Amino acid sequence: MTTSTEPYVLNIGPQHPSTHGVFRLRVVMDGEKIKDLDMIVGYLHRSMEKLAEERTFTQNIPFTDRADYLAAMTGNLGLAIAVERLAEVEVPERAEFLRVIFSELQRIASHAMANGTLISDAGAWQTPLLYMFREREKILDLFEMTCGARLTTNYMRIGGVAFDPPTEFWPALRELVDELPSRIDEYHELLVENEVFMARTRNVGVISPEDAINGSLTGPALRGSGIPWDLRKAEPYSVYDQMNFEVPIGANGDVYDRFMVRMSELYQSAKIIKQAMDLIPEGPHKTDIPLALRPPVGEIYSRIESPRGEIGFYLVSDGGPAPYRFHIRAPSLINLSLLNELGRDSALSDAVVTLGSLDIVVGEIDR
Amino acid sequence: MNLDSPTPMSRQIAEHSTLIERFLGLPKIALLIFVLLIAALGLGNGIIGYLVVAGELDGTWYDIRDLGNVNAALRDAILSSQLNTYIAGALAYLIPAILGATGIVSVVGGWLLIGPWAERRLIAKFQIRQGPNRTGPFGLFQSLADALKLMQKEIVIPTGADRFLYFAPPVAVFIPAILGWAAIPWAPKMSFADMDVGVLFVIAISSLGVLAVFVAGWSSNNHYSLLGAMRTIAMMVSYEIPISLSLLAVVLMTGSTQLSEIVTWQSTHNVWLIVLIPFAALAFLFASTAEINRTPNDIGEAESEIVAGFYTEYSGMKAGLFMAVELGNAILVGALMATFFLGGYTMFGLETWIPGYIILATKIGLVYFLFVWIRGTLPRFRLDQLMGFAWKFLIPVSIILMFIVAIESAIFIRWDVPAAVSLGLFGLINVTGAVIISVVWIRILFKDLDLAAPERPRLVTAVGGLKAAKEIRG
Repeated sequence: MTTSTEPYVLNIGPQHPSTHGVFRLRVVMDGEKIKDLDMIVGYLHRSMEKLAEERTFTQNIPFTDRADYLAAMTGNLGLAIAVERLAEVEVPERAEFLRVIFSELQRIASHAMANGTLISDAGAWQTPLLYMFREREKILDLFEMTCGARLTTNYMRIGGVAFDPPTEFWPALRELVDELPSRIDEYHELLVENEVFMARTRNVGVISPEDAINGSLTGPALRGSGIPWDLRKAEPYSVYDQMNFEVPIGANGDVYDRFMVRMSELYQSAKIIKQAMDLIPEGPHKTDIPLALRPPVGEIYSRIESPRGEIGFYLVSDGGPAPYRFHIRAPSLINLSLLNELGRDSALSDAVVTLGSLDIVVGEIDR
Repeated sequence: MNLDSPTPMSRQIAEHSTLIERFLGLPKIALLIFVLLIAALGLGNGIIGYLVVAGELDGTWYDIRDLGNVNAALRDAILSSQLNTYIAGALAYLIPAILGATGIVSVVGGWLLIGPWAERRLIAKFQIRQGPNRTGPFGLFQSLADALKLMQKEIVIPTGADRFLYFAPPVAVFIPAILGWAAIPWAPKMSFADMDVGVLFVIAISSLGVLAVFVAGWSSNNHYSLLGAMRTIAMMVSYEIPISLSLLAVVLMTGSTQLSEIVTWQSTHNVWLIVLIPFAALAFLFASTAEINRTPNDIGEAESEIVAGFYTEYSGMKAGLFMAVELGNAILVGALMATFFLGGYTMFGLETWIPGYIILATKIGLVYFLFVWIRGTLPRFRLDQLMGFAWKFLIPVSIILMFIVAIESAIFIRWDVPAAVSLGLFGLINVTGAVIISVVWIRILFKDLDLAAPERPRLVTAVGGLKAAKEIRG
């Protein structure tokens, strides 16, 4: 007698503890094995790209907060740099350093969140997540101190930044950056050598370097597969060419490597902030631009390295105050596109961990 | 924590005093009453302990070290009264039974009020949070408030659910959780049913819960429930065997299947079985976490994967009952662990001075603390990893070690040396044997298991594409 099983459809999301927002997976399963997997996006669609065509370039900056809501600073910076390149706006030296400091702080906050939720997906009862939040909380305090907002910062402006940080900002930042490496060492002791976590993540969701390139992965997902690619090094924007830092790359391209790459990037970000704090000059923090900036007719694609990968802005100007076309290349969406192949023929538990390691933000996917 | 923190939240956390500080901050009169109560308790215990040691008091009804004495005195009074023989016989049977059952239900019920609070507070401390601290003193009434809230909630019946089968499991799952307590000896005579086959009873009862889980998962008409039930059943069936094997080692060592006998054996030989047969104790602990669905083996209700497992579709108090049973099972396992491996109600002579049930409750609390600690620390295994661990490692190694224990117990009866010598030798053999057999077994069966530390990310300064990646890797 032979036994056979029937595949069945399991609907994961849009409301599910591990879909990181309102993201839906339609999974065809055979027992515990995933046979097929569909990603259904669009539950958080807010029509940002169309709405942006009705607003001036400065008014569009808040949209980038709400696209990647865990890394608002880098979203702001991406748009600001794109418009500056299109309209050829000069940025003061001090503003460039402030931009670097804030986007690296944002990177630490975002990676802390990503790694914390990854371990929660692996089943730890939120303990690592809350430890990671300890650092994130301090960084958000710094954001609040500077621009009044914690999550949707709306801080970068075309031609500089919105505010110069207050005087009490600098000692607080110095304290944070000085103690950060020791804090990250603590996480290493707690998590990196944890056998259960290693058993769950090693050799799970392996992306080969070729697949990573063919799937146009970017960010820690790409670097986890061993490709040394970082826009901060490859196409230095702002003042990243003056900074001395290294790019961590993984060996196998599994979930554990992506996790470890993010862990190592925390150290590198702290290093960059320290250098920027030493190098920052006095001076104005922004240049004055007209209220309704009218860039010359033309188009531009400009990209920077967000915590999740390459965030690109494609802008078309028809000479008016609003963009004719406004498009965001969202790293989360493109990194997610590989999940179908990664999840197929794996256990449900592995697919959940793999999804966590890709570190998606649904606000950015749906826009 | 510095008070100059910039946000209101961190200031609030910094200002919040610890539990001990808040306790010391209570009114002076309350503190005085508390101290007097403790002193009275200590004094009373001391007097009774002294009387027992002096040989004045043993088995009388006011011997508070054993509440079973009250029952026995009551039974004797009824039997020797002027009542009809049949009525007296029935009453002598009924009254102690009702008293005992009330006792068990109150213990479990009391725990269900304290347990969630303790667990949440402890986990909050592990996670640098405060935990529930608003409802009542130190948040102690939190579980009561939760229960009240759950009772008020609407019970949603999913479309296509089998109504009777859907309503039965939350009640049915409670039965084994309560029944299991019957065999636990709390003090020398204080046991609801001190059966000759106590160990078999415990094993039989612990596998009953799976039925309710099965029915709950099937009748909910939900794939998450089905997956959760499937996983839980697979786990329970697999881990039932290591539990039975480790209990078999206990039975072989002590030569009895009666729980009170097992405790007495440990007491008379002045040794805990966790020292003598550590592998069995650890196997029992690990397998129990799988049985009762706790981290790191909580795959049956893995929140990040299958939401709430087999009780996904239950709402209101029905879900609350499942959660309550989970807690009840956790302390039941604590009680079994304490009875089988940690000396039960005895504590190297301390039980003469302190009531045995307090000692047992302390041990249960310690085991429960261990469970909470594990829950606050470890991630979860995958289903196939857990199954592999049970079938490929735990069961075969347990069987081999059980044979060693069997040989030892045969020697123990015949060998004419002091028990301390032979038991010390056996303990040593069992520890080294467990280590050697485990290592050899892992080497043989898990040859391709990667035990080396994983490669740390490499730091590079030059960037590039696939070519650069290949160059770096060499």
